[in-house]
Amino acid sequence: MKLAIASGKGGTGKTTLTVALAQAAQAPVQLLDCDVEEPNSHLFFTKGDSKRDVVTVAVPHIDPQRCTHCGLCGDFCAYNALACLPTETILFEGLCHSCGGCMRLCPHQAISERQQRIGYIDQWRHGQIDLFSGVLDVGQAMSPPLIRAVKRHQQADKLILLDCPPGTSCPLTTTIHDADVVILVTEPTPFGLHDLQIAVETVRQLNRPVAVIINRSDLGDQSIHDYCRSKKIPILLQIPFEKRIAVAYSRGDGLLDALPGLQPQLALVLNQARKLYRENLT
Amino acid sequence: MKIAFSTNGTNREDLVDSRFGRAERFVIIDSISDELQVVDNIQNRQSSQGAGIQSATTLINQGVGAVVTGQCGPKAFTLLERSGIRVYPCPAITIAEAFRQVQQNKLSATTSATVEGHWGEV
Ligand code: SF4
Ligand code: SF4
Repeated sequence: MKLAIASGKGGTGKTTLTVALAQAAQAPVQLLDCDVEEPNSHLFFTKGDSKRDVVTVAVPHIDPQRCTHCGLCGDFCAYNALACLPTETILFEGLCHSCGGCMRLCPHQAISERQQRIGYIDQWRHGQIDLFSGVLDVGQAMSPPLIRAVKRHQQADKLILLDCPPGTSCPLTTTIHDADVVILVTEPTPFGLHDLQIAVETVRQLNRPVAVIINRSDLGDQSIHDYCRSKKIPILLQIPFEKRIAVAYSRGDGLLDALPGLQPQLALVLNQARKLYRENLT
Repeated sequence: MKIAFSTNGTNREDLVDSRFGRAERFVIIDSISDELQVVDNIQNRQSSQGAGIQSATTLINQGVGAVVTGQCGPKAFTLLERSGIRVYPCPAITIAEAFRQVQQNKLSATTSATVEGHWGEV
């Protein structure tokens, strides 16, 4: 099962929860950190030997000797990454989506393919948990290719947990579009509800089963519950605010370090998610 | 010299539009012949990114020597500057007035982009 853990915005405890779910599973787990602009799942594990793979994308390289400045590539590029000027053709790498079109189209064979580094993936093994952490290079604007590279490590026979990027745009949809279940982590505040609603819309547009976990559940009002009831979204878990949790976080410890008693409940969350997944199959 | 003005109008009495890449069109005036030409920028307004790049490319290929607009981002500015085109930031005054001010050296050309890129990159 591919289980994606997301939240409309940052700071709702999504990563902590993802890590705790991985630890609670007591089975082989792959934890894929797809929050490539700020991956921090790995902070909850002691550093061991890691393996690092550089990730590249194909971008066009224009041979000025061959280019006749015909302008075809610039007209073609849907992302406006190519500027065809009278005496030179300029690529704006940050806008290129590596569609490969211009390379095939140039009638003068002036465009070849060049590999451009966008980031890397670190891998660790911690007991039964295989952690994959995608890291986008500073200054890179395009995270989806790196997220796809992280996801290529998925092994169908394992439980796969995807720590999602924040927001509801391309990085999120790239991560969750083929997830079996999406869990949204939220907080019972007006902002939390607002972000949750937007995230639910996004997940439902992609036709993925959605469930909710409420963090710091005792600090707000009932509006999240009312909303989930009206939209028939199951609430899988509510974690009350506890000083012990806050203290553990500040030390860099995880949720299960602070509340070991939460393990059975987290295991239950995984079972409920499996049930949602199976229901969706039938 | 040809001078381009970003605008959503079509003639000299229309106002300079603050947008560059997403302006509706450009009015181009030839300061020698005083001829006026209108170039559409509509296709660009629908693109999700890089509109300024395409607008700059269009104007460069039109052979303009100066651009009068409100806000010009870093990518478009780089292209214009490389091609030796001066960029004059300008408030929403009429094209006729802006044209006069350029000719009397009352508008000063900028040496850098006037707004940031859309993703905070330069
Ligand atoms: S299509 Fe090829 S020849 Fe034409 S402008 Fe692009 S790179 Fe140059
Ligand atoms: S590979 Fe595709 S996106 Fe990149 S410059 Fe060429 S046409 Fe544009």
